Amino acid sequence: GNWARLAAQQRLTQDRLLQFDTFGNVSLIHVTDIHAQLKPIYFREPSVNLGVGANKGVVPHVTGADFRKLYGIEDGSPSHYALSSGDFAALAAGYGKVGGMDRVATVINAIRADRPDALLLDGGDTWHGSYTCLKTAGQDMVNVMNGLQPDAMTFHWEFTLGSERVQEIVEGLPFAALGQNIFDAEWDEPAELFPPYQMFERGGTKIAVIGQAFPYMPIANPGWMFPEYSFGIRDEHMAEMVEEVRAEGAEVVVVLSHNGFDVDKKMASVVPGIDVILSGHTHDALPEPVVVGETIVVASGSHGKFVSRVDLDVRDGRMMGYRHKLIPIFSDVIAPDPEMTALIDAQRAPYEAEMAEVIGQCDTTLYRRGNFNGTWDDLICDALLSERDAQIALSPGVRWGASMIPGQEITREDIFNVTSMTYPNAYRTEMTGEFLKVVMEDVADNIFNPDPYYQQGGDMVRVGGMGYQIDINKPAGERISNMTLLSTGEAIDPAGSYTVAGWASVNEGTEGPPIWEVVEAHIAKLGTVTAGDHDNVKVVVD
Amino acid sequence: GAGAALAAVLPMPAMADAVADAIAAFTGGVTPSEGGVTVDAPEIAENGNTVPIGVEAEGAESIMLLATGNPTPAVATFTFGPLAARQAGATRIRLAKTQDVIAVAKMPDGSFKQASATVKVTIGGCGG
Amino acid sequence: MASDVKPRVKVPKSASAGETITIKTLISHAMESGQRKDSDGNPIPRSIINHFTCTFNGETVIDVVMEPAISTNPYFEFDAVVPESGTFEFTWQDDDGSTYTDTKEITVG
Ligand SMILES: [Mn+2]
Ligand SMILES: [Mn+2]
Repeated sequence: GNWARLAAQQRLTQDRLLQFDTFGNVSLIHVTDIHAQLKPIYFREPSVNLGVGANKGVVPHVTGADFRKLYGIEDGSPSHYALSSGDFAALAAGYGKVGGMDRVATVINAIRADRPDALLLDGGDTWHGSYTCLKTAGQDMVNVMNGLQPDAMTFHWEFTLGSERVQEIVEGLPFAALGQNIFDAEWDEPAELFPPYQMFERGGTKIAVIGQAFPYMPIANPGWMFPEYSFGIRDEHMAEMVEEVRAEGAEVVVVLSHNGFDVDKKMASVVPGIDVILSGHTHDALPEPVVVGETIVVASGSHGKFVSRVDLDVRDGRMMGYRHKLIPIFSDVIAPDPEMTALIDAQRAPYEAEMAEVIGQCDTTLYRRGNFNGTWDDLICDALLSERDAQIALSPGVRWGASMIPGQEITREDIFNVTSMTYPNAYRTEMTGEFLKVVMEDVADNIFNPDPYYQQGGDMVRVGGMGYQIDINKPAGERISNMTLLSTGEAIDPAGSYTVAGWASVNEGTEGPPIWEVVEAHIAKLGTVTAGDHDNVKVVVD
Repeated sequence: GAGAALAAVLPMPAMADAVADAIAAFTGGVTPSEGGVTVDAPEIAENGNTVPIGVEAEGAESIMLLATGNPTPAVATFTFGPLAARQAGATRIRLAKTQDVIAVAKMPDGSFKQASATVKVTIGGCGG
Repeated sequence: MASDVKPRVKVPKSASAGETITIKTLISHAMESGQRKDSDGNPIPRSIINHFTCTFNGETVIDVVMEPAISTNPYFEFDAVVPESGTFEFTWQDDDGSTYTDTKEITVG
């Protein structure tokens, strides 16, 4: 009830959230993976985030109570709610929503009051993920981010706007659009539109910021939307860029990365000379940097839920020390910046009426994040099964999408927050049992390959209508077993044919209604959504 | 993609014959030794229809490139003239599925060297 | 004869004597593998470029025998030594008997 909310908030103040003893001579502000969330939302951190190989059992692959124990976080505390899973609905009712770019603006302004020349760096996945972002082809986010005055940015989902639109926006950006690994696909040369790095002089210190875009863009997303470009990790070129900026006098080297956390850790171990990696893509939120050799790797969460501040002491051309704070954006505690609120509301105004339409209600938590189906995904799979009259449903294991708490009305905006994309067609097709196994094995290897350079940073494809067992430590092609058609209880026959509905196919020309229409129709019929405990996936970790 | 010079992993039995036959035809039956040749390939292909592959073997007369998992393994044979600055070349190839690509280099002394790299060809989708 | 076959080549305009330069070549060509079928299920006949060469002042830099596994719009990258001023000549041979050529001058000075 309200008393809990008040009690919770009394323990939090804006001053406490922003408290920071300014340190050294350089400040970095990192935001990443905002996924176009202009307004406060709920966001449940994952309860399942399995690491493999050398990353088994180490952050960010530690969740819930284990995570709290690792960092000494008290149960029920603000950090519990912000950083870990467990008691989500109750804590959300107490602590309220998170994020909101007008709150983020307040935090950035406060840091700039301490350190006027702090660098603001955006890790990408910014122009994607909401109703207004889709309708304006990213313009709402461009306008709002320009209001925050970042110094540099790198990219992932932005490219799903199509290369023409990306070029149009990037040519008008008042800050650097970086990507040392964005190459011209035809001649295999660095793409002119995206410089590899930008040099800054702040506080008498020369800082190099090198951009690293998402390496597997044409695989994880439809390559036909941006055929001019090739990506990849290109760690040898990264090493060349580090040498080049050092030769140009950089005293500190910062990589603004969209690799994903485990890939960044590996890159830090093989590319010498990087001081700081600001990591994005895998949406992890860590209360302190992970140190790899002499590199610190910073993870700043997603959806506008966090801002990282990193102060550096740079002397004699070296990073001598750092101080870091992951600032959670509690929307009811941090006052919105009025100018930014007005700017956000102006972006939303033309669409407000259609976004606000109530489609249904939820009486259980709806969330996505986690290695396997969340309740939002179960609902989407149910919608595909019933609205597309299919035996099996497949839904992509993307890591974006806001959560909802019991008692909330589900609006059209909420549905777009978990479905919005430029290739939304809900296909219906026949697949053999053998092909289904190939698909499952393929995606599983993209997540659970023990070499991080083979990981694409998503979660497992969500499945409806079919159960299976996954043994994450088995080699590629042998992880998936016991595939069962739930409607009959029979084993999936490799030679059998099954009707499969899904969405977000990377294939050009995919046909079907947009997924948000499918989900909206399903929720409208249900009225009130009660997410069941689907237990169709058996996970074996040893 | 880091230059990989992994030990050759033998593919499916039926295909192994075609690969072995192609290698034997190139070497005249001489068994290649491991090392001394590099295959530069991406860990994961962005597009199986156009996978960048580089080969290099210092001092080689020629290098044959094979794709072990394609319907026919032959891909290309690079022969280097006196004005080649390095015995190296790069091209783009079709890979039907996840497989090893093999480079076999013919050395001036009549010996042969071999290396391979695994390229993953994935269906794609999903992301953070 | 295949239509719209267009070679493109990137070679530096100048170099110093004995310098190593990187050459990149592209040629627009479908490289029909012979393994695809048309919409009626009939095999589409193989039609590829099967041979590529680069020479400098008549001496060989590289010679590549090409199979259907080479991608559409064949691409090659390699390094050449430039002993003197002269002309690079590039030739591509098509299954249909056509030969496509391109030349690039380089000045050593
Ligand atoms: Mn993201
Ligand atoms: Mn991403």
